[in-house]
Amino acid sequence: MSYQIIVCGSLVPDPLQTLEPVTGPQGPALKNEMMLPSWLDPWAGHALYEAARLAGQHAGSKVWLVSLGPKAKLQQVMMTVAQKVPFELVALDGSAGGFTDASETAAALAEAILAIPGLDLTKLLLFGGWESASRGAGATLQIVGERLGITDQFQGVDSLTLEADGSLRILERVEGGKHQVSVCSAPPAVLGWATGSLPEPRNNPQVGMANMRGIMPALQKAKPSPVSTGDITFTSVTLPTQTRTTQVIKDASPEQIAADIVAWIKGG
Amino acid sequence: MSILFLAHTEPDGTLAKSALESLAATVQLAQSLGTPFTVGLIGETPGPAADAIATCGAQKFLTVSGPEFSQARYATDAAAAEALCRAAAATLVTAPATSRWNRVLPGLAHRLGGRADTHVTGVGVSNGQPCVSRWFYRQRMEAVFTRSTRPWILALEGGIAAPWQGAAGTAHPDAVAVTLAAPRTQVTGFEAPAADQQTIRPDAELLFVTGAGWTKKQADGEVKVAEAETLIREFLRLSRSSLGSTKSLVDLGGEGQSVLPFLSHLNQIGQTGSTPRHAKGLSTCCHGEEPHTVGWRFIGERRAISLDANCGWARGKADILYVADAFAVMAKVNALLAP
Ligand SMILES: Cc1cc2nc3c(=O)[nH]c(=O)nc-3n(C[C@H](O)[C@H](O)[C@H](O)COP(=O)(O)OP(=O)(O)OC[C@H]3O[C@@H](n4cnc5c(N)ncnc54)[C@H](O)[C@@H]3O)c2cc1C
Repeated sequence: MSYQIIVCGSLVPDPLQTLEPVTGPQGPALKNEMMLPSWLDPWAGHALYEAARLAGQHAGSKVWLVSLGPKAKLQQVMMTVAQKVPFELVALDGSAGGFTDASETAAALAEAILAIPGLDLTKLLLFGGWESASRGAGATLQIVGERLGITDQFQGVDSLTLEADGSLRILERVEGGKHQVSVCSAPPAVLGWATGSLPEPRNNPQVGMANMRGIMPALQKAKPSPVSTGDITFTSVTLPTQTRTTQVIKDASPEQIAADIVAWIKGG
Repeated sequence: MSILFLAHTEPDGTLAKSALESLAATVQLAQSLGTPFTVGLIGETPGPAADAIATCGAQKFLTVSGPEFSQARYATDAAAAEALCRAAAATLVTAPATSRWNRVLPGLAHRLGGRADTHVTGVGVSNGQPCVSRWFYRQRMEAVFTRSTRPWILALEGGIAAPWQGAAGTAHPDAVAVTLAAPRTQVTGFEAPAADQQTIRPDAELLFVTGAGWTKKQADGEVKVAEAETLIREFLRLSRSSLGSTKSLVDLGGEGQSVLPFLSHLNQIGQTGSTPRHAKGLSTCCHGEEPHTVGWRFIGERRAISLDANCGWARGKADILYVADAFAVMAKVNALLAP
């Protein structure tokens, strides 16, 4: 059996950068948002690598990456992502900011997915990260799924096994450090990935070259997809106040420190 | 305005602590808005759970019941929640942010023509309208906002209020019928380390974090992973704390095989890990970099042991930084904790 694996994923600011909220004409935004170095959203990245592995194991399968983000930034991020695994890019030109409304992003993504030539729901595995590192809502994929009429949905996925009988065996993160095991009889299904089990693939220039042949035209024809904060009215967006004054204890003996820590642990 | 509080029962038929916390926050919100609220419960046999909260002040109790609702499964949970929201004609819906509800609430909002917000850490009232707070960019910044679309569905994070407490009674719930297509998904079970091997303990008072330093060459030029493993396991056993880790440490082994075998990505705290809630946190052999410490947003008192006096913890991220060898300190801690 072959699969059509569509991965929804966009870009997020490098987590090592200092982020500062500002108020822009369209509501809250990040200071110097367009200047911040960007990465592929980490959990969406895991989804992409898992997709590529599964596609590699099932002849005739194909992976698409559907990304809504500012075209110029998408191009930068794709320079690296393209070297990781084979995929076809579907690009949408709009804001990837965390304050945009998930339902608007989902509407744009669903429309782009439905326009993919040869889309076959009976083969479709809709992937993405279970949460973005920007909005952090874990909402977009579910709404895309609903728009495509897919009601077998899984979130916090760490493992997907495609069984010989066509069924899907899925492990989802649940409370208390456990995984819930589900079996879904067949595609289509929505899977929001957590970390999965694959390391980040090494850069492969050959894969990069093959991908870029499709990526550049995809970026050129990226549809303008203006997404906004929708019906949200923001009252405030603030950085946490740094209230802790760290006491640095340098010359205490291990015995003294241990006694201090044990008293602290035991104290109510 | 009409408020619906949604909850699901646990496998033993009760409501989880997170559900009771969300209930308390909903009772408070309803009072502030001067609006009555309805309780909607889903589960195999949710009647006893409804009775347990019968005196919470809800004007009505609705239930969706049956064996197919014992499983945490999108298709059945979304259908049940949709039926409850329609039966209650709810304009504002609250639910605890459990993995089960997080899976369905955004899709549910779409079905109802509404909007959902997840990871809500606070609810309040401003100008007579509900408003919420939640974090953006993985706990980097906090926003307060409101929405105009209804229904508005809110997944409330654990710790949003003290759990609801009150007398049990008789709830007399109305059963809501749900028509289901035969589910294509079956929940077949759970995978977890054996109970005595489980290192993730959400209810623990203390989060104990291990960093990559435990596996690095020490002052004497030796790598002491076996000793690290013994010290960490012993501390977990004696303190009953929950084990968190940095990404660097869980990633070390690669290919899912950790250097410290009891660590997995489920233990990872931070940007691409979890953001647990504990009253206290003790970090060891960890540098306290921002992508890690954003996962400490909801940890109360914080202490760290690191050899590096200039690590991230020193810069306002911990209350106390002990500049010391964690191997030496933890050995003494274990000795003091031993019965
Ligand atoms: C996209 C992205 C996402 C990320 N997500 C996460 C995340 O979710 N979680 C996360 O943790 N990181 C994350 N990181 C990585 C993060 O930036 C840091 O690299 C990581 O947290 C460092 O781990 P560490 O502190 O264990 O290791 P190191 O930086 O190697 O620090 C080890 C520390 O141990 C100390 N040490 C060594 N021996 C001893 C001893 N005997 N006693 C006491 N101290 C000792 C050293 O002095 C040092 O301070 C992410 C990075 C990126 C780019």
